[in-house]
Amino acid sequence: MTGDDDKHLPLEDIHTAVGARFGAFAGWSMPLTYPAGVMKEHLHTREHAGLFDISHMKLFEVSGPQAIALLDRACPLDAGTLEISQSKLTFFLNEAGGILDDLIVTRLGNERFMVVANAGNAVADEKHLRELARDFDVRVEPLDRVFLAIQGPEAWAALSRAGIETGSLLFMHGVEPRKNWFMSRSGYTGEDGFEIGLPAADARELVAKLLEDERVMWIGLAARDSLRLEAGLCLHGQDITPETDPAAAALMWAIPRDIRATGAFIGADALPAAVERGPPQKRVGLKPEGRQPVRGGAALFDADGNPAGHVTSGGFGPSAGHPVAMGYVSTSLAKPGTRVFADVRGTKIPVDVSPLPFTQHRYRKG
Amino acid sequence: MAKTYFTSDHEWLSVEGGIATVGITDYAQEQLGDLVFVELPDVGKKLTKGDTAVVVESVKAASDVYAPVDGEITEANGTLSSDPSLVNSSASGAGWLWKMKLADESQLAGLMDEAAYKAHIG
Repeated sequence: MTGDDDKHLPLEDIHTAVGARFGAFAGWSMPLTYPAGVMKEHLHTREHAGLFDISHMKLFEVSGPQAIALLDRACPLDAGTLEISQSKLTFFLNEAGGILDDLIVTRLGNERFMVVANAGNAVADEKHLRELARDFDVRVEPLDRVFLAIQGPEAWAALSRAGIETGSLLFMHGVEPRKNWFMSRSGYTGEDGFEIGLPAADARELVAKLLEDERVMWIGLAARDSLRLEAGLCLHGQDITPETDPAAAALMWAIPRDIRATGAFIGADALPAAVERGPPQKRVGLKPEGRQPVRGGAALFDADGNPAGHVTSGGFGPSAGHPVAMGYVSTSLAKPGTRVFADVRGTKIPVDVSPLPFTQHRYRKG
Repeated sequence: MAKTYFTSDHEWLSVEGGIATVGITDYAQEQLGDLVFVELPDVGKKLTKGDTAVVVESVKAASDVYAPVDGEITEANGTLSSDPSLVNSSASGAGWLWKMKLADESQLAGLMDEAAYKAHIG
């Protein structure tokens, strides 16, 4: 249920009109499901094109002569090596190397970048970035945008019919196709797709055009969660937190090798040691045996009944056709195929450590 | 002739010959969304009103279904093990959850009839 203090989406009236069921997430009143229901919404996205209102997420423009220097301080990133239009997954880390947030940074120009932050961390992220920016000749500007995602194998075709050509844009690249628009080929489903930040009036026009196309359907937050979980993608606050570092989270691939030892980023002092030691626990995929879902928070045990870790996200994977989960297990148990046991209401459910993703990514890489 | 009762927790009971068939209402299944698993009770289990009898799991979350009255489980709907979506498609029919032998039929007096339940959900 949503509370009085929750923020409302600029397009809320559109969601209400089509019968969305709302719930609170990260301080926002968000559409959780539409009348089709989570199962149909999930499968539709994998087969056709799902439209998501993700305006709870925040876009920041970082620009100025020292934009690169600020980002290299704020993130374990070598921002100057990004090509114009190239996007990169990165983080804000704390001094201990813990993950304050995960972000997508896109280079828009020589001295201009777009930063996309999670809803739940947007306020803290802005404060963090502004404090760091005091030492640099740089401007940090939070943008007032509607943010839409269109995901699935027919997303590009639906956009094309709506008058937005995406042809040469590849996965993890972003451009500004119109004034005050930002469009990247990326997403949170494992499918080919796009995220588009744009002014509310433009968004209403685009949404109306997209929904004329029978391949396009509104998708709520419930299916967004099952889609990203099948795709093995982390939800900050659940699968990655300030208590987990990129080594434990199996996300070191996002940090360029060259800067791990020499970078000036916050967390650079702690991270090499954490990598050297090896994390005591690692993030892994978990496949419960049978049909019973294992949820976030469930404790994991090894075959002898010793504590082995815990589940951070879990549910049912409509495309996988079985329950799916991820969590942290002792590094010695992190090999795929290792059997552990999850405590679900007092019953031990067998769970196999499984490779991620559960459903193959279908990104358009070129 | 079976008589049907409703609870404020959105369950229905169809009572005949001292045996109640129990399920969740159509309103409840709609609130829960697509079910993917139903944890059924063992036959012979004795329940007191308010005990968790069944756990229904949707894609997103698990929810308890409580015993609406005291009694003993006589049957669980095993079909739901392979097809939990029956609860969504036929909440008041093929998607029933369990049958129980009533310990005290006078408890039924505290439950709602269909008209009262409809008023309850508005």
